[in-house]
Amino acid sequence: MTKDECKKLVLDIIADIAPDEDLSNVKPDVRLRDQLQLDSMDFLDIVMELRKRHGIEVPEADYLKLASLDSSAEYLVPKFAALGK
Amino acid sequence: MRDSSSRIVITGVGLTAPNGNSLSEFRANLLAGVAHISEIDVRYMGKLPAGVCNFDPLKYQKRKDIRVGTRAGSIGVYCAREALADAGVAPEALKKDRTGVYIGITEHGNVETENEIYNISQFKYDTKFWNHYHNPRTVANNPAGEVSLHLGSTGPAYTLGAACAAGNVGLIHASQMLRLGEVDFAICGGVSESVRTFGIFAGFKSQNALGSHPTDINKSSRPFDVSRNGIVISEGGCFYTLERLEDALARGAKIYAEISGYCINSDATDYVLPNPERQVECVRAAIAKAGLQPRDIHIVNSHATATPMGDIQECEALRAVFGDDCTETSINNTKSYIGHCMGAAGALELAGNLPSFDDLTVHPTINIDQLDPKCALPNLVINTPRKVAKVDTILNNSFGMLGINSTLIVKRYFA
Repeated sequence: MTKDECKKLVLDIIADIAPDEDLSNVKPDVRLRDQLQLDSMDFLDIVMELRKRHGIEVPEADYLKLASLDSSAEYLVPKFAALGK
Repeated sequence: MRDSSSRIVITGVGLTAPNGNSLSEFRANLLAGVAHISEIDVRYMGKLPAGVCNFDPLKYQKRKDIRVGTRAGSIGVYCAREALADAGVAPEALKKDRTGVYIGITEHGNVETENEIYNISQFKYDTKFWNHYHNPRTVANNPAGEVSLHLGSTGPAYTLGAACAAGNVGLIHASQMLRLGEVDFAICGGVSESVRTFGIFAGFKSQNALGSHPTDINKSSRPFDVSRNGIVISEGGCFYTLERLEDALARGAKIYAEISGYCINSDATDYVLPNPERQVECVRAAIAKAGLQPRDIHIVNSHATATPMGDIQECEALRAVFGDDCTETSINNTKSYIGHCMGAAGALELAGNLPSFDDLTVHPTINIDQLDPKCALPNLVINTPRKVAKVDTILNNSFGMLGINSTLIVKRYFA
């Protein structure tokens, strides 16, 4: 999985958990919470959806690595690779 | 504490029923004999008749609120906003800390719990897939809490669990809180999301109490008909704005009716079976509290749910209270149109009759092809609306499991 594919996958999850948000101009290097109406429960949703849809586990200590799309891709691509994806 | 004799008035109504998303639409369908029962897919059970509402939740909520919250919460927000609009009160004009939200529920949390168990069943029952919103969705105060969150109202907001008597209980409790001076403005009534829980359907089916009709789904709920065979489960909501009379007059509010009398009592006899003797006591106590006689009641909206025994027992109770001198007392039923809206039933059924103060017309109970002789009450209004000379009082009965009975009487407002 490429980083761009990974970012799209995270954005697809955000589209479901924050359906009122306009995601057309999300800046990959800016914290998601600084540009979208997301709270801590929404981040738990992102973690849950990664688990349900992709079998990816994000331990609580690593939640901050999901801060932006760039950091998410940086963190998640190796996890997908470890699953052979 | 306020004067306990404060007069309490209804100043706004917001509702969604299977056959209407406003009081005017609901009333028009009650007068035109329009029932609306749908066939829905119930998990593990297949297709069954049910009353489903089609209001637009996006009228007042964001998509995210709908995703995070519950159906009962959405129904509640819709009804609260519609009631406020009807009362001519902008949400931002509410005195936030002096507004109470009192919502009757039959049950809450079954839907969300069933959904989560089904969800984790897809993951070998591993609870790490259990949703973190489960607790806020299932706490018993959820429907009232969602209304409070939406409105930003900071006064008391809670539910009242009272089985299918709950709609009346919401109004009664709000009246009491206004009289105590605990709040200055109340949003109250009842709500139900029960069509989304298979457990309610399965429970009634196991009791042989689930209604159906072989050819016409809109006849599935047919109280008093000889062929009735049980309850049609429905969702819905109906909220009122209640105020002390002096407050309503001071702001020039439209007044639908005045709370006249009420009673809540308990059978203390059985988990499920009603007790007509206690129903009689409940109705009589409400009439006495209103300072009236049975002959002074012009419309009685019955609770009858179309179960074979329950309808007969309520008829026994009504016969005992409303004797030969009650020539101006008409009796009707609303579940024949919309099924049993559970926690919302009492509030919705009262609302459907409020316009009678203006149009002097009693909506009928429909779907009676052959009246059960045991349910042949005098002045039961059957299949066709009835014009009457006078409507100054409406009595609404709502009864529930574990033997809770509620009777609420409203009267025409006279200065």
